[in-house]
Amino acid sequence: MQLHEYQAKNILNKHNVPIPFGKVASSYLECEEIVKSVNGRSVIKAQVHAGGRGKAGGIKVVEGSEDAKKVAKEMLGSTLKTFQSGDTEFPINKVYVEEASDISRELYLALTMDFDEKCPVIIFSTEGGMNIEEVAEKTPDKIIKIHVNPLIGPSPYKIRNLLSQLNLGKKVSQQIFSIIQNLYEIFNSLDCTLIEINPLAVTENDKVLALDAKITIDDDSIFRHSDIKDLFDKTQMNQAELKALSSDLAYIKLDRGKVGCMVNGAGLAMATMDITIKAGTAPANFLDVGGSASEERIEEAYKIITSDRDVEIILVNLFGGILRCDVAAKGIINGFKNTNNSIPMVVVLRGTNSDDARLLLEKSDLDISFAEDLPSAAVEIRNKLGIS
Amino acid sequence: MSLLDKDSNKVLIQGLGRDGSFQAERCIEFGTKIVSGVHPTKAGKKFKQNIPIFGSVNEAVNETSPDIGLIFVPAPFAADAIIEQIDANISVIVCVTEGIPIADMVKVNEYLKGKKTRLIGPNCPGYLIPEKKLKVGIIPGSIVKPGNVGVVSRSGTLTYEAIVQLTKLGIGQSACVGIGGDPINGTSFVDVIDMFEEDENTEAIVMIGEIGGIKEQEAAERIKNSVSKPVVASIVGQTAPEGRRMGHAGAVITGKSALASEKINSLKDAGVVIADSPTEIGQKVKELLKIK
Repeated sequence: MQLHEYQAKNILNKHNVPIPFGKVASSYLECEEIVKSVNGRSVIKAQVHAGGRGKAGGIKVVEGSEDAKKVAKEMLGSTLKTFQSGDTEFPINKVYVEEASDISRELYLALTMDFDEKCPVIIFSTEGGMNIEEVAEKTPDKIIKIHVNPLIGPSPYKIRNLLSQLNLGKKVSQQIFSIIQNLYEIFNSLDCTLIEINPLAVTENDKVLALDAKITIDDDSIFRHSDIKDLFDKTQMNQAELKALSSDLAYIKLDRGKVGCMVNGAGLAMATMDITIKAGTAPANFLDVGGSASEERIEEAYKIITSDRDVEIILVNLFGGILRCDVAAKGIINGFKNTNNSIPMVVVLRGTNSDDARLLLEKSDLDISFAEDLPSAAVEIRNKLGIS
Repeated sequence: MSLLDKDSNKVLIQGLGRDGSFQAERCIEFGTKIVSGVHPTKAGKKFKQNIPIFGSVNEAVNETSPDIGLIFVPAPFAADAIIEQIDANISVIVCVTEGIPIADMVKVNEYLKGKKTRLIGPNCPGYLIPEKKLKVGIIPGSIVKPGNVGVVSRSGTLTYEAIVQLTKLGIGQSACVGIGGDPINGTSFVDVIDMFEEDENTEAIVMIGEIGGIKEQEAAERIKNSVSKPVVASIVGQTAPEGRRMGHAGAVITGKSALASEKINSLKDAGVVIADSPTEIGQKVKELLKIK
């Protein structure tokens, strides 16, 4: 689960990580008030769950409250699409208003999980402010990593050794030393998978500040963070994905595909998506209905897929195990009855009660062709879509 | 499969809720020797009339000496269950539980270092050795057949997909191992491939990987350097977009090495036969074994 910058900065502030003065605003009037209290140059930042806001026009510097009012009026209620967000337009419902800082240097600091080393890692670079992937590719020696033993935490000597290599000066180094320890405290106590401060700025008078903050929390740990759960911003999610989430379906909308996919199991779902390429087309979504899906859950899945305007054909691939195919068939038929939304379907059914499921579907008014396996389903899709 | 096939193959099941009980019955039907259960509130009772249930793993170990532990404990308590079994010196632990917090698993992984216990999973279907009638986990017993092909996969349903194809073609399996879809897990492709290479009953290896991480590349490296047996592999997720988790916590493209194409190239370079889709695995194995 991703947090907004303003939420992340609130957490940083509580854990003594220095940030510039700033407040969140939901209206241009609020924004104007905040800029008045700053009494000088301010930065207005769109609060959306997408990186690359600056280049997309989601971060603007304003000189005074009149200017601020104008910028906030434009931003609030509009949407933002960045180079990182694909086709998704993120609604801007809030802006973060922050006092502008006089910066002499931009650094990079992040904490994340290193899945190859199977432990947390602190990533530091003197090349802050830019795209860190680019820095890693062009100048890998400018990226320093400290792996952390999760049972011990970050050893102070390792942080001291890191900082002593960098010649940042005593005053700056001391501040970064505490910032790293405080960030790890947040990382550990909130079950974060990422805390990224880019840039970590050094001001003209050698003060170190977190100018931006990205925090992502491990979804699987939310059960033990009831306070964090409330920070979830539903508006930043694709609405079909949100609906799926509430029915316990793992659904991801994909750009520019025509084949709606309904599968049980994540691996099989990916293999099913891949087969649509063989059919000369592309998947419209990833959808794993789960191991023990009920009739209702399958009905919801049917509704989500058929309400996607990109979908021209549906590929159902179910391997009954704990999941019973006849239960799934009933869910599909109910979905059809309750929406009256019929899109041609190619169906592959195997395993538990697949014969019963086939009988049920054959008796329904759905436009269905059955296939023995995925390769023959690909051929069927080709025929139905008229791909030569 | 000496590392997974213990002499007595006595299995303890921790977590006998609805799913755990259902799956335990399927294991028993297949022929697995389940000697004890562990459940906090059912201690003192019996499972299926004759299997004693204990309140702790230690008691169960003292009374019934299992070699293998199978965990169905809900995610918030699963890491603790794994540690309880490690502390009780269980040799092989299979953790089926899905959705364990990453922070818990990095701690478990660190705790496991230097210990004799082997952990398979979490978020995995476990393993099955058809000839030994040993099923530790949730792989359907009805689809397997004793034989000489070793199957290893990150995905549950794709493990079944591969097994069904092999069995249909009359090709049996020496062992089927699902290592799980989480980014932090106990047993890797490399570990299982090493076991298959050593195993006398295994003639060929099937490996099903997916996008995310570098585990498939590590496997390719190992196959290139020290595996003499033929390997057929398939990698799913070619159509997955960058940065989105495809159901499995580990199936996410972060950086180039996580791409399906990168993994396929490494495997090809190691002399592995690639099945473009998992649906072609059976046929590829058949061709390969005929050539031999």
